[in-house]
Amino acid sequence: MFACRRSSSVLRALKPTAIQLRHASQAPSTAQLNKPIDFKKTAILHQSQTSARSAFGLSQDAPVDWVNLHGAINASLHHALKTDENVLLFGEDVAFGGVFRCSKGLSDEFGTSRVFNTPLSEQGIVGFAIGCAAEGMKPIAEIQFADYVFPAFDQLVNEAAKFRYREGGTGGNCGGLVVRMPCGSVGHGALYHSQSPESLFTHIPGLRVVMPRSPSQAKGLLTASILSSRDPVIFMEPKVLYRAAEEFVPRDPYTLPLDKAEVLKTGKDLTIVSYGQPLYLCSAAIEALEKEIKGLSIELIDLRAIYPWDRATIMESVSKTGRAVVVHESMYNAGVGAEVAASIQEKAFLRLEAPVARVTGWSTHPGLVFEKFNIPDITRIYDAMKRTLEY
Amino acid sequence: MRFQNPAEETAMPTYRIMDADGNIVDNTRDPQSASDAEITQWYRNMLTVSIMDLIMFDAQRQGRTSFYMVSAGEEGIAVGSASALTPDDVCFLQYREQGVLVQRGFTLKEMMSQLFANKDDHGKGRNMPVHYGSGKLNVHTVSSPLATQIPQASGAAYALKMQRLINPNVPPRIVACYFGEGAASEGDFHAALNIAATKSCPVVFVCRNNGFAISTSSIEQYKGDGIASRGLGYGIDTIRVDGNDIFAVREVMLEARKRALEGDCKPILVEAMSYRVSHHSTSDDSFAYRAKREVEEWKRRDNPITRLRKWMEKKGIWDEDKEKEARASIRKQVLQEFSAAEKVKKPPLRAMFEDVYEEITPEVQEQMKELKRLIEKYPKEYSSVSQYEGGIKTLE
Repeated sequence: MFACRRSSSVLRALKPTAIQLRHASQAPSTAQLNKPIDFKKTAILHQSQTSARSAFGLSQDAPVDWVNLHGAINASLHHALKTDENVLLFGEDVAFGGVFRCSKGLSDEFGTSRVFNTPLSEQGIVGFAIGCAAEGMKPIAEIQFADYVFPAFDQLVNEAAKFRYREGGTGGNCGGLVVRMPCGSVGHGALYHSQSPESLFTHIPGLRVVMPRSPSQAKGLLTASILSSRDPVIFMEPKVLYRAAEEFVPRDPYTLPLDKAEVLKTGKDLTIVSYGQPLYLCSAAIEALEKEIKGLSIELIDLRAIYPWDRATIMESVSKTGRAVVVHESMYNAGVGAEVAASIQEKAFLRLEAPVARVTGWSTHPGLVFEKFNIPDITRIYDAMKRTLEY
Repeated sequence: MRFQNPAEETAMPTYRIMDADGNIVDNTRDPQSASDAEITQWYRNMLTVSIMDLIMFDAQRQGRTSFYMVSAGEEGIAVGSASALTPDDVCFLQYREQGVLVQRGFTLKEMMSQLFANKDDHGKGRNMPVHYGSGKLNVHTVSSPLATQIPQASGAAYALKMQRLINPNVPPRIVACYFGEGAASEGDFHAALNIAATKSCPVVFVCRNNGFAISTSSIEQYKGDGIASRGLGYGIDTIRVDGNDIFAVREVMLEARKRALEGDCKPILVEAMSYRVSHHSTSDDSFAYRAKREVEEWKRRDNPITRLRKWMEKKGIWDEDKEKEARASIRKQVLQEFSAAEKVKKPPLRAMFEDVYEEITPEVQEQMKELKRLIEKYPKEYSSVSQYEGGIKTLE
């Protein structure tokens, strides 16, 4: 595991320059739909200061900065460490800034008693963090890649999730716990640097599972997880967006609700539900289809809170549109989409005009050279929407 | 070229103050650091655990509780080590440390409420019997997965250290973490000791080496020199102690606590040698894997209660009359609390759904309504609802 982890760091050090990247990832010339996301144009991100200010209800002179995802996470961690002495940040390699730079500068400013490296043991990291939280601290444990959270699964499922329940009247709990982890595909992560295990955590009462789609969302959701939440939070960060997703983000601290979905775009004909990286693909697919079919109006919802999730917002939307598509990177069977689809079927049965469609990773592992055909792409989302409308 | 052969190394010595006949064999350490009254209380606390074990083992056999685990033979480790702790110290247990709770002030009523899972149970009826916990006594509720509490103890100890840095008025505190030698084979043990050392956590790890993990004897559990030999590999100050000698256990714990808090703090590992004379639990018949004579020998030859009694009698602070009176009064108290707890209602049904998160979620609110609807619709199918405090109303 160590050797593999290190080689990944080397791979990142050899990351192509922007020009090379653009060339290397350019779609075949015949592609009309599956084109690289232009992050400087997508509606998912706040492309202007005005957009950011209005989204957060700020005044016209409120300061906003152009920030990427890892920068926003760093800002949230910085604010938390500065605001509350009980906040700790630890994991593998976090002291120098972390392998994705999320903790850059923090150990210099707050000291290695609060921002520190642990030995290389995921079960140790999470067990240690649970103990810190049980005594009232607010530990932020980092698991270097979501793919390596499984050694800590017993600590998360059997301990963190059940701690308050089994303690009962003693008042003991580990509500201050946050476990952060990079997740999702990144182009070349293969089996152990691409996984999105969120659905495994949604089957465990007692844990909150949250995934942001953008820098401004990450900042608010992470700050809420650390400083406001009294429940253990699994905070998943789509790593392909760490540098790619840039937008205007309010400079002052703020929180976002950990139990609410967000309607990103209203529509009357079809509801798409997704979260994290695939939202950008959904947005591109919607744009293509609405351009093709005059008068078509599709609603796009970011689930954000993967569990406990916001049933009410989803049901309200599907009751309006009568059709639903759910998109996520992780595999089809028992994915988040399965839960959303079953709930829609239960609650909006009489309104459904078509079966709920799911666009997900196939039932296989994220093999290196097959990623392009495995994870949901713009074409597959476009096709699912079209077939749902034509049903 | 020289390979170090562990079989050629001298085994770590076992620290002892009092021999099996109650004689002080190590005069360099005064066992009388505690008063006669305190020592008598330790004895009564060990007796309490022992008598409770006899009564509750039988009760489980009669089907009056679902499960029980006795700690026969290991009372000295629990009571002796707990006597060295302060009330502010934090404890993480495995499951065979009832003596720690009793020594710290856990009442018979609290124990019985947990065993019967009634409405007075701190755990609100959610845990199997013997999974005790107490916020007031700073003892975290026991959980069944083995060794998970060990890295948690490291983190908790680090938290206590940080909290004292933040607020120097907080008294120095340690974490005491207990586990069996079988649990030490889990990966969490390795993770915990390593991080406790690298982060200099004020924690004392107490391993009860009683020779068996259910049916698995020590020779099938490890090949090195017990658990103590591992402490050195992590850079942890380590000592092995005679677990049947309550004075040795206590003195070791006092010293361990002192060292754990010195300077920048550090972890300590204590391996207490003992023998599990009982079955593992009420679901186990240990004579399926070990000779009955082996157990009887240990029972007769040496156990922590007998050893301390001999010492007390030699000193003249205990005698046959006191023994009879103590046993009778403890037994009476246990039976009284047993009888009372058995009559108390179960917790409200609502407790089934609370404390999963800090707040009840909308999803669960719907489920509570659904369960209520089902119980109202099929009253005969759910007639036991009347045994739960407040009945169906608590589901609103």
